[in-house]
Amino acid sequence: MPFNDPVYRIMGDRSLLVELGDEIGLGVNQKVRALFLSLKDDPLEGVVESIPTYRSLLLIFDPLKITLPMLREKVWHRLTILDPSQLPEPRKVEIPVIYGGQYGPDLEWVAGYHGITQHEVIRRHTEHIYHVYMIGFMPGHPYMGELPEGLVTPRRETPRTVVPQGSVGLAQGQTGVYSTQSPGGWQIIGWTPFVLFDSAKWPPALLEMGDRVKFFAINEEEMVNWQE
Amino acid sequence: MAGVKSLEILVPGPLTTVQDHGRFGFGAYGVPPSGAVDSFSLRVGNLLVGNSENEACLEITVMGPKIMAHIDIAIAVTGADLQPRINETPLTMWGSHILKKGETLSFKGLRNGCRAYLAVGGGICVPAIMDSKSTNLAAKFGGLEGRPLRAGDILFSSSPHRHLMTSGDTLSHELIPLYPEDSTVRVILGPQDDHFPTASKEIFLNSPFTVTPQSDRTGIRLAGPHIEAKRTLKESIISEGVVPGTIQIPGDGQPIIILGETVTGGYRKIATVISADLPLLGQVKPGDTLNFRRVSIDEAYQAIREQEKWINKLKEKMKAR
Repeated sequence: MPFNDPVYRIMGDRSLLVELGDEIGLGVNQKVRALFLSLKDDPLEGVVESIPTYRSLLLIFDPLKITLPMLREKVWHRLTILDPSQLPEPRKVEIPVIYGGQYGPDLEWVAGYHGITQHEVIRRHTEHIYHVYMIGFMPGHPYMGELPEGLVTPRRETPRTVVPQGSVGLAQGQTGVYSTQSPGGWQIIGWTPFVLFDSAKWPPALLEMGDRVKFFAINEEEMVNWQE
Repeated sequence: MAGVKSLEILVPGPLTTVQDHGRFGFGAYGVPPSGAVDSFSLRVGNLLVGNSENEACLEITVMGPKIMAHIDIAIAVTGADLQPRINETPLTMWGSHILKKGETLSFKGLRNGCRAYLAVGGGICVPAIMDSKSTNLAAKFGGLEGRPLRAGDILFSSSPHRHLMTSGDTLSHELIPLYPEDSTVRVILGPQDDHFPTASKEIFLNSPFTVTPQSDRTGIRLAGPHIEAKRTLKESIISEGVVPGTIQIPGDGQPIIILGETVTGGYRKIATVISADLPLLGQVKPGDTLNFRRVSIDEAYQAIREQEKWINKLKEKMKAR
């Protein structure tokens, strides 16, 4: 549920966690996004970083420039004048994916888990439009959802020590793309030639919070058309 | 690249990276701060050689590199005592010295702490990416080509001759940190301390923890008594933003102190290390003992003001020269 009043939690002496709800859901996340964008457009003096996530916004501040009670009051005031219905239209991003085989080593397992064909997993994954709830874990790494009921899959029992950059995975109700090579426990069903994080570009991340993402299937031969 | 050829890496050491005070303002893209883990040593080193306090230094981990000067250049070594020497002569830490053209800086071995910082008069000329020169090892950007230094790397500095006159400047003796192998850092409880029963919090605050070899720039992994969350709760929480110093408790009950290489996390956090003690986290090494002491937020702010007072004193001293 979205909270009527935010819950403030302190994380050490220089960060304030503003919780706007207690669940993963579009309504709460849009409220977080609205607060994040408002503070981006019109920053509060002394705030050096703000990190939006599923249901909260973390504000990191310089305690020599602004006190905690003052920050809390300014955030509260900002929330009262926010209008989440005035949010900018979400961007629509289409991402090509090679499913299965060496590109998606867990596709077969996922199909077996749901008692459907691999083709049906791909159909379900590409049919749906996903909301980007947040970017985190690694630079440019999106957390997206919700997966259709028939694709909700537990994480791997044993996480992999190395998941290649570009791997497309599932975990519970979420889907995501590994933006950099890293360890990870998601079920890997495919791989995209798209680069999700490039520090030499602006913005450095392909996706941002609030985007709407649709995956589409390509084959190995088509891959070159999508590489930069 | 701008600047003049100043230093050449002859031997890199196991992990030597370019780090400044960190990368801020890009957390929404998942970009973490990175930066010097021990920011106090970074700032002091820079001030001693006449740089701005947030300039990039070399962060040297546990074992030292061997570095040759291509020109006369002012240097200061701060942080962990790795017994630095110029050619064969021991070098006094926490002071500005001139490394002459052709001389080599090397390190005999670790005496205390974990990370030494080499500040160079005129800084280290690498491109600032997202406003910072810090190396992000996981995403491979920043610093020198996003990687640790290698043998043969050449570093450039900006107008190093203008920093030579800092030679002889030192940090007051009483301000030099000691980095004991058994140390205590101060914490503020939260943000999820209410997820832990009182008994767990007591154990956390009253037990020594051992720093494990799995610790690195991403986090300090501790071993000690099991810290149990309330039994009715799920193993993880909904992922949320984190800051360096946040102490998370995963399902195995063994604390992990997050450092500056990630912006989000999905484990509950029992407490957070206060800002003034964050630099000490850069100096604990595997095998060391760490204890936690709870303080109020007012004490935390008092500690920040105290630390800034000393930094400002050093700034004034350098300005007055």
